[in-house]
Amino acid sequence: MEKQVIIEKINKFLIEEIEIEESDISPEASLSKDLGIDSLDFVDIVVIVEKTFGFKIKGEDMKDIKTLEMFYDYVEQKVNQN
Amino acid sequence: MNRVVITGMGIYSVLGTNLNTVADSLFKGKSGIGIDENRANFGFRSKLTGIIEKPDIKNLLSRRMRIGMPEQAEYAYLATIEAFKNAKVDQDYLDKNIVGILYGNDSSASAVIEGWEIMKEKKDTSLIGSGSIFKSMNSTVTMNLSVIFKLKGINFTISGACASGSHAIGIAYLLIQQGLQDMIVVGGAQEINAESMGSFDGLSAFSVRENEPQKASRPFDRDRDGLIPGGGAATLILESYENAVKRGANILAEVVGYGFSSNGEHISNPNVEGPTRSLELALKNANLKSSDIDYVNAHATSTLVGDDNEAQSLFNVFGSKTPVSSTKSMTGHEMWMGGASEIIYSILMAQNNFVAPNINFENPDEFSSKINIIPITKEMKMKTFLSNSFGFGGTNSSLIVKML
Repeated sequence: MEKQVIIEKINKFLIEEIEIEESDISPEASLSKDLGIDSLDFVDIVVIVEKTFGFKIKGEDMKDIKTLEMFYDYVEQKVNQN
Repeated sequence: MNRVVITGMGIYSVLGTNLNTVADSLFKGKSGIGIDENRANFGFRSKLTGIIEKPDIKNLLSRRMRIGMPEQAEYAYLATIEAFKNAKVDQDYLDKNIVGILYGNDSSASAVIEGWEIMKEKKDTSLIGSGSIFKSMNSTVTMNLSVIFKLKGINFTISGACASGSHAIGIAYLLIQQGLQDMIVVGGAQEINAESMGSFDGLSAFSVRENEPQKASRPFDRDRDGLIPGGGAATLILESYENAVKRGANILAEVVGYGFSSNGEHISNPNVEGPTRSLELALKNANLKSSDIDYVNAHATSTLVGDDNEAQSLFNVFGSKTPVSSTKSMTGHEMWMGGASEIIYSILMAQNNFVAPNINFENPDEFSSKINIIPITKEMKMKTFLSNSFGFGGTNSSLIVKML
């Protein structure tokens, strides 16, 4: 899957399902500080990613993922390794 | 001891989604009962149910606030907004004062079933999502509303079967009387979905008069054949008289008596003695005689045994003159919500000088012929009323409210 397609899908669910303001979304945005994603939101993101991309996020993988850019890269790597 | 008054009310029911509409429905004797065709697909014996307008709260609350709310919490949220407005309590007041919440609720079925379906398919609990746990607990209403409105006082749910809402008001009344709380949000909520009602339908407790849905709920009538499940939510604002006067609130009514009892017998079959003791305790607590009660809002749900036994209890305590009606003839059985909603229905009647009809009461039976059941809207002044609620396990609650 093209990285741009992955980014668009992630942005779409962040805006439509997690209800993050579109204007807050940028690659350098911090997932917790800028986008306000908390541990409960993350539980829902795991569900949405499984439905959207067909793989299960592992909690330990997310430890070092701080920004949206890093999250895009992580999802791209997971999607394209399958 | 503090006097305890009602300064606000809000309602979301099958008779309407605000106080004015519900008062109009009560006056007109309008039924909120219909058919849910979907129930046929799951082997329901009866497709009859209360029909409620599905709320849309997307523009009112954030995703995090909404995601843990099952349908009955949404109804309760909207009823509570109306109750706060009615009581002239705003968020600033809630932020600066200790306000509690006690709400009646005794099930929350859909989220449990939806979660289990995901577990069966995915074999992975982490794919259930974050909202399910908060939706599925009995305390879902109090946990959600206390967070939404930032309440800082007492906070728990009362599960007392079909008397839950009534007991919630009774317990709040005692806490305010004792001076432990100045203001408590009270009420009852009831989900309306097939998932929550299948096991009750399986007891053959529901009416099967599907050819005439609006005639199916007929408490005290000779030809009744069972109850119809209803639902929604009802919220009242209870506070000490002193607190109400201090903040210049419009006092609607006063809670003057709470009676309760347990039958100590059968899990589903009611008796006569238990409800009688509850009625008598409420009168004693209020320091009133039965002749002081202008109207009784009966629990009567349109079941054969339950209505017979309540008619006997009412006759034993009140004789044959006191006007009685069961608003469940219009709403169906609102179960966990009914004890709270029926206080609101009765206050609306008192405010507008009428007794709502026990619709579909066409022919009395041996017991209902002895009490004064009101079959069509009766215009009359009402100062003091009593409302009964009884539930599985033999739990009984009676509240007495006086208009001020």
